[in-house]
Amino acid sequence: MARPATPPAEATPARRALTPSRYRLVGRRRETDDTFTLRLTPIDQPLAAARPGQFHMLTAFGIGEAAISVSGLASPAVDHTVRAVGAVTRALCGLPIGGVVGVRGPFGTHWATEELDGSDVVVIAGGIGLAPLREAVRALIAREGGGGGRLSVVVGARAPDQLLYEEDLWRWREAGAHVRATVDSAPPGWTGAVGLVTTLLDAVPFDPARAAALVCGPEVMIRVVAAALVDRGVAASAIRVSLERNMQCGGGLCGHCQLGPLLLCRDGPVVPYGGRVARLLQERER
Amino acid sequence: MDVRPSRPPADDWAVLDPQGIDRLIGALGRRGYRTLGPVVRDGAITLAEIAGVADLPAGWRDAQDPGRYRLERTESPAFFAWAVGPHSAKAQVLPPRDRVWRASAGAGGVEIAEAGVDAPPTALVGIRPCDVAGLGVLDRVLGAAGAADPAYLRRRAQTFVVVAECGSPAATCFCTSMGTGPDARSGFDLALTELVDGGGHRFLSRSATGAGAALLRAVGGASATTIDRRSRDGVLGDAAARIRRRLDRDGLPALLERNLEHPRWDEVADRCLACGNCTMVCPTCFCTSVEDTTDLTGASQRERRWASCYEVGHSYIHGGPVRPSTRARYRQWLTHKLGTWHDQFGESGCVGCGRCVTWCPVGIDLCEEVDAIRRADGATAARPAPGGS
Repeated sequence: MARPATPPAEATPARRALTPSRYRLVGRRRETDDTFTLRLTPIDQPLAAARPGQFHMLTAFGIGEAAISVSGLASPAVDHTVRAVGAVTRALCGLPIGGVVGVRGPFGTHWATEELDGSDVVVIAGGIGLAPLREAVRALIAREGGGGGRLSVVVGARAPDQLLYEEDLWRWREAGAHVRATVDSAPPGWTGAVGLVTTLLDAVPFDPARAAALVCGPEVMIRVVAAALVDRGVAASAIRVSLERNMQCGGGLCGHCQLGPLLLCRDGPVVPYGGRVARLLQERER
Repeated sequence: MDVRPSRPPADDWAVLDPQGIDRLIGALGRRGYRTLGPVVRDGAITLAEIAGVADLPAGWRDAQDPGRYRLERTESPAFFAWAVGPHSAKAQVLPPRDRVWRASAGAGGVEIAEAGVDAPPTALVGIRPCDVAGLGVLDRVLGAAGAADPAYLRRRAQTFVVVAECGSPAATCFCTSMGTGPDARSGFDLALTELVDGGGHRFLSRSATGAGAALLRAVGGASATTIDRRSRDGVLGDAAARIRRRLDRDGLPALLERNLEHPRWDEVADRCLACGNCTMVCPTCFCTSVEDTTDLTGASQRERRWASCYEVGHSYIHGGPVRPSTRARYRQWLTHKLGTWHDQFGESGCVGCGRCVTWCPVGIDLCEEVDAIRRADGATAARPAPGGS
């Protein structure tokens, strides 16, 4: 079998330089206790515009590089939502405003929301998995009215204070999307749901025959959600998932991001769940 | 299996004596090539700079078995009486360590300077057909149109290949299974076949490129006779017949894909040290990592270095490595090399040089591992269902 087809029609420019372009940190917004959205503007010639779901390699000079999805596009500015959990991400989140960040990319496949006109779209995100989906939701909101399909956004987080982009969630609801949030554990006063995102799926309005799903979060969540959607009658090929592996080069040259036949920096991160990917996610890599 | 050597058209064949090889090495140097060839170093045939035939390992042969490599003395005057040493051509086109860029902290912030590519014209003299095939595999991985690594392409374009067809395979070799030897078919500038028989010590030579033809003309040499060409057929036919190791490639990618839970993975993981030797000596293992370092001036640099899928950190993502167990890492290596490489690059990642078998400290033999899986196709190890902790 050839490499599984990836959503975007055009080929990802296969390799961009291994040397980063310089961007300046012009804004930092705290999203949760350890998560920040960083706004970068180009110092050098701007890189090609990213598509929702693609990622950049961000360099904290002297520390290292990390793969971070694009969470906002305000060309030529670009937003990345970063969770400070390792040396590089801590350095990125701690950089003073005006500091220089190295950027390479954009890399990988995207959500291809333009193909979803007329579909009932279910967007399901766990934790920081909402970051690479934010621009996809914005594109789908813009589609509303013209598109004809319904839009639902289901978000899971560990706790209410870990929910990303609360203002966006309200805005999307006002724009007509069906928005639901659930948490693993809630303090007193939380009136939303408690439990896994799959528990909310029954309440989500979609017609399985014309539904498409965009899923990003921890791999175990992706596996469970995709299986639940298939149980509800959604075609596996209509489910797109964003997968994560170690990324170093971004162009299929370094070998780190393999998942079976896939080089996820090149063939992913967004891949259709159907066929081989579903089987790959059932295998234990451990 | 067809073990007859391929027989190119006879036009361009010449015969060089050992002095002719000396002139060849000298001519490469005069043309500006850094000339690398086989030399004895630290008890092994390695690839290093040579100035003439005096540097070649005449009188040496190698004895190889799973987990074992020894040089032995031989009475033969042959320069190429050995099979393969630990060095493939890989390091010449993909250096083990290579600077990517440097960045300095200046008044206006950060200044980045892309590192130049150190790529002197390099002639590889006496590498084996399996290693020429290995360069071809790397070309498909690192040099694919539109997806190429520019540094790789630069170095590759500067490489001149003089292949020595193989008359002395080791017990660990299986190029005949992979279709990569013992004769050379493509990917070289010049091919030599060493003959030591009643006709004397000589080298049947042929060119495959204009540069190779020009060099051969400059070196001179006698025309090849039918007897010389028959001698080559004999040497290569005997070599092919001596290769007993087989990798059964029948349906191999599918076999591996449907046996990811085979008990053999646990069994081999009990022996595997996850040392990564197999990946370092492999002529096609291409994985690299980048490392950033910094100094007291605030300057930083990024280097790219060889990496191995046996390193725990190779698959690290937040939360831990994807493949923490030796079982998972050995399985990743073998299923990639022989299976999913086909999906990614349209061919096998193995050229049958046998280095991973020889240089494995515990003698794990990938052919044997494949056979074991094939013998019990469909067997599964008892283990918890996916999704458990």
